[in-house]
Amino acid sequence: MTAVLPKVDRGREQEPRPRPPRRYRWTRLDTKVSPYLFVAPFFVLFGAIGLFPLLYTAYVSLFDWEVGADDPAFIGLDNYRTLFEDDQFWNALFNTFSIFLLSSAPQIVVAVLIAALLNENLRARTGWRMGVLLPYVASLVALTIIFGNLFGPQYGLVNDVLTALGFGPVDWQASTFGSHVAIASMVNWRWTGYNALIVLAAMQAIPREVHEAALVDGAGPLRRFFSITLPMLKPTLIFVIVTSTIGGLQIFTEPKLFEPSGGSGGGAEHQYQTVVLYLYQSAFQGLDLGYASSIAWVLFLIVIAVAGLNFWITRRAVK
Amino acid sequence: MINRRPSFLVYGLLGAFVLGSAFPFYWSYLVASRDNSVLTGDFTLIPGGNFWTNATRVFDTIPFWKALGNSFIVSGTVTLSVVLLSALAGFAFAKLRFRGRGVLFLFVVVTLAVPTQLGIIPLYMAMAEFGWAGELEAVIVPNLVTAFGVFWMRQYLVDAVPDELVEAARMDGCSLWRTFWHVALPAARPAAAMLGVFTFMQSWNDFLWPLVVLNADNPTIQVALEKLQSGYYVDYSLVLAGTTLATVPVLIIFLVLGRQIVAGVMQGAVKG
Repeated sequence: MTAVLPKVDRGREQEPRPRPPRRYRWTRLDTKVSPYLFVAPFFVLFGAIGLFPLLYTAYVSLFDWEVGADDPAFIGLDNYRTLFEDDQFWNALFNTFSIFLLSSAPQIVVAVLIAALLNENLRARTGWRMGVLLPYVASLVALTIIFGNLFGPQYGLVNDVLTALGFGPVDWQASTFGSHVAIASMVNWRWTGYNALIVLAAMQAIPREVHEAALVDGAGPLRRFFSITLPMLKPTLIFVIVTSTIGGLQIFTEPKLFEPSGGSGGGAEHQYQTVVLYLYQSAFQGLDLGYASSIAWVLFLIVIAVAGLNFWITRRAVK
Repeated sequence: MINRRPSFLVYGLLGAFVLGSAFPFYWSYLVASRDNSVLTGDFTLIPGGNFWTNATRVFDTIPFWKALGNSFIVSGTVTLSVVLLSALAGFAFAKLRFRGRGVLFLFVVVTLAVPTQLGIIPLYMAMAEFGWAGELEAVIVPNLVTAFGVFWMRQYLVDAVPDELVEAARMDGCSLWRTFWHVALPAARPAAAMLGVFTFMQSWNDFLWPLVVLNADNPTIQVALEKLQSGYYVDYSLVLAGTTLATVPVLIIFLVLGRQIVAGVMQGAVKG
């Protein structure tokens, strides 16, 4: 505050006619208070609809809280005790990580490859970039319905092609691994092009001189890619991994809608039930808000831990 | 040497990737344009003539137009609010000095990584309490601000508006609000437009929360699609006709604003 006011005073001194004092007081008030008024809507709304519900989830998780209960009973950490002995929860956690790994690893490799191709001196450059980004506009619901059809066990196109090529049909819905691959392929389809553009932006930020110097030293394109481009992309790749982790651990729409008429989703044997899907089912089908809250809170801690770990690795890597 | 035109291999690989990206959209239309009997077995890439028949069946099965209207209302309101409130807070963080600015902005940055989606249970209780369950308020109000929006606008405004310009406006007797409205907001237009497009698409495609609070009579388009798909017997030419119809609006936005969207993704990468 004190840093601002003298500046305003100096400005006033230079003016030919001093303004009336009321006007001056109003300006001082404006300078002092308005910045807070400008940021207040964000903090008030974010606190009320973002942060408070998240914290209140921890509170609800300490109760035996059914939907519509008037007087929920405090049960301490019982929900968590049940949760840690709940096979369905561990299974959901396994599925979530399995789908996440199947989607993130190939996705990043292909994204870097596509970015390298886009980084060439292409004709119709923007057109290619738009083409690559096209899947990003598909809604997850639309995408899942379409892929559910493509991966249909009986008349699906993927199985038709596999059969024609001489590989037997795969039951993409009933098998654990098969369903994980199918769901991961949806994630890959939607996000690979998007991540390719992010990597491309980082590639273009690499100074030309570095490449030219290597060229003069006789380094071929492959050598330059592995010795210059890839190391300089490291921070961006880690950024991509962090954001896809935070999103990937909360995957919901794909396992919910993968199987048409699949009831509440996740597969008959929970073979592709994920943590957020289990949360949803516990809360809004099982109507057990307390238990669902304990799932939410544990997942929240996992997400924060994984994001923190990523952040820590990033800092070490960048140093 | 670095500048020479790439080989056909590069175009070939990229072409294959883009075809793969576009294929599911086409497949959706393809199935939607036929009738169900054709789907079993014989594969073809030529659309049939049944699209409008199937589309009409979509309109008979779900309140499609209402859902579409609802999605426009929700996404439009959310976009307007996010852009305006983000620009306002972003301007304060970028150009005004006030006690606690550093700490408050750090808070914004930290909350970027917070998965607020996991707070849906208390949010659901609150909506039930307010009597908003089933109403559009329930999907609008929880999305009125994002930490990302504030961060994005602040990063842009730091460079886009010179400090001298803000000071000059103040000298001329502009209140801070008028300085925001007449100086900062016009300068922020490109960033605001990008934030708007991304917010709109995100809101349009949002599913988990709308599924929780809305019902089949008053859905957004995504919730309506889910109802279409979850029947006992799945009629794919019907379901994919709905999917195709629901994708058309975002596809149009993408075709018109694709250049800006590409730029937005690439800038977000550099600044984020």
